[in-house]
Amino acid sequence: MTAHTLLRVSQVGKAFGGVQALKDVSMTLNRGEIYGLIGPNGAGKTTLFNCLTGLYVPDSGEFVFDDQPLISSAPDKTVRQGVARTFQNIRLFANMTALENVMVGRHARLRSNIISDILRTPFNRREEQTTEDQALQLMRYVGIAHRAHDLAKHLSYGDQRRLEIARALATQPKLLCLDEPAAGMNANETDGLRQLIEMIRLDGISVLLIEHDVQLVMGLCDRIAVLDYGELICEDIPSVVQKHPRVIEAYLGSGAHA
Amino acid sequence: MDIFLQQIINGVVLGSIYALVALGYTMVYGILGLINFAHGEVVMVGALVAYTVMTALLPTGLPPVLLALLALLVAAPVCMALAWIIERYAYRPLRHAPKLAPLISAIGVSILLQNLAMMIWGRSYHAFPDILPPLHYDIGGAQITLLQVVTILLAAGTMAALAWLIQRTAMGQAMRATAENPAIAALMGVPVNRIITLTFVIGAALAALAGLMVGANYSVAHYYMGFMLGLKAFTAAVLGGIGNITGAMLGGLLLGLIESLGGGYIEDLTGGFLGSNYQDIFAFLVLISVLVFRPGGLMGERVSERA
Repeated sequence: MTAHTLLRVSQVGKAFGGVQALKDVSMTLNRGEIYGLIGPNGAGKTTLFNCLTGLYVPDSGEFVFDDQPLISSAPDKTVRQGVARTFQNIRLFANMTALENVMVGRHARLRSNIISDILRTPFNRREEQTTEDQALQLMRYVGIAHRAHDLAKHLSYGDQRRLEIARALATQPKLLCLDEPAAGMNANETDGLRQLIEMIRLDGISVLLIEHDVQLVMGLCDRIAVLDYGELICEDIPSVVQKHPRVIEAYLGSGAHA
Repeated sequence: MDIFLQQIINGVVLGSIYALVALGYTMVYGILGLINFAHGEVVMVGALVAYTVMTALLPTGLPPVLLALLALLVAAPVCMALAWIIERYAYRPLRHAPKLAPLISAIGVSILLQNLAMMIWGRSYHAFPDILPPLHYDIGGAQITLLQVVTILLAAGTMAALAWLIQRTAMGQAMRATAENPAIAALMGVPVNRIITLTFVIGAALAALAGLMVGANYSVAHYYMGFMLGLKAFTAAVLGGIGNITGAMLGGLLLGLIESLGGGYIEDLTGGFLGSNYQDIFAFLVLISVLVFRPGGLMGERVSERA
């Protein structure tokens, strides 16, 4: 593993019943990279995300993140190691305010506990104030600060996507995993999202992006991995991926270049 | 003496206690979707431990208020430890089992605790010592004792503190997030298992206080007291909308009032056919009516899907 490798996925496999959702998937993601993960529906992209973030335990293989093995099946520890994510179908805490959603994201980095909460130690007060300030700052960063005190469920679809990103950023990740962030967005919103992702990368956070919007992926990503039926068929820069025969086959069917 | 006002006062006292216990049910349900039927037994253990501490210390001649305080300082940790054990060994292994399994486990724990309590404290009723001097005040033709005033204020204060904890602190935020979606909360770095344990333990602390209050107000404690009290508090939680904190407080208070007023007037209502010893039927009339007509309770939403 070289110094600029952030995440190494080594021969990860995962089966559900008889379906092999992931087959010996290996890839490496470099620091500061925007890395795309594409593939037809059911190719195993989200399964890989779930294994990576500790929601599923892979059957085989391992993830080495920032020179440390990731602890499977312990999402709250994975996030402390620096991996944060959003979801394909938005999963906010609907009945909490937008600001509170982001503050929950700060939880991974809090050092207060129940005792200091009750005793209201000066440390605790300071930490609470910092938490709120930082949460507000993040909301400004993603551009939805004006909705801070509204319930998450009352935000528009695009704002909810942004809120999810803010919440993930609140955990202070080294790697941000976005699962189809542009799904359901119009061209305008997608463009805003592209700018946001580029800004996040400039701030030193690597991005792993699952996305169906080919234009967005090709324009934004430094490198792209393509999954098909749980197998990695190609990992390269966009211009190469676009011309790769197996990728074309996976997307267009085997008749495409006949 | 004004019977109506008197029954209101009695109802508020009873309701405050129900509310404290109902909070234990509703918090656990809110997070796990589990009805912790052993919670009533935790109240019983709280009452009996408090009783034991107070009678043991009675010969020291300490003022009774101090005895009560010491009793609470022992009973609360005992109940909290008990709740910790129950959650760890009776519920956590069944976390991903079908809903019915932890429910049956809860009933099992309840029976186990009753029998353990019977072995430790015997089958007899224990007379609870007086905590406060028997002072009382007259208001509008009714009487309120000092003990009742303290009970109401203490319950209200505790509930306000709990509301503050849940709404205003990071820990409370983590609890609400876990209640909404444990998997996502974990992904945000919330230590979900610790939050669940904490919920049980806080509920148990409230139960210990409620146990002491029951003992003090009704002067009696015994191994079987948790059963009926637990059912009533559960009713209160359902009435308020199970899973809803404010609902549990409101439901407890309302149920106390309904029972108290119902018990006070049942003789007149039935022309002497039923006496005030039938006051228990009101709680269950309420439970059945809520489940039939408004299963979500007063403040809850669609409970039927989750239950």
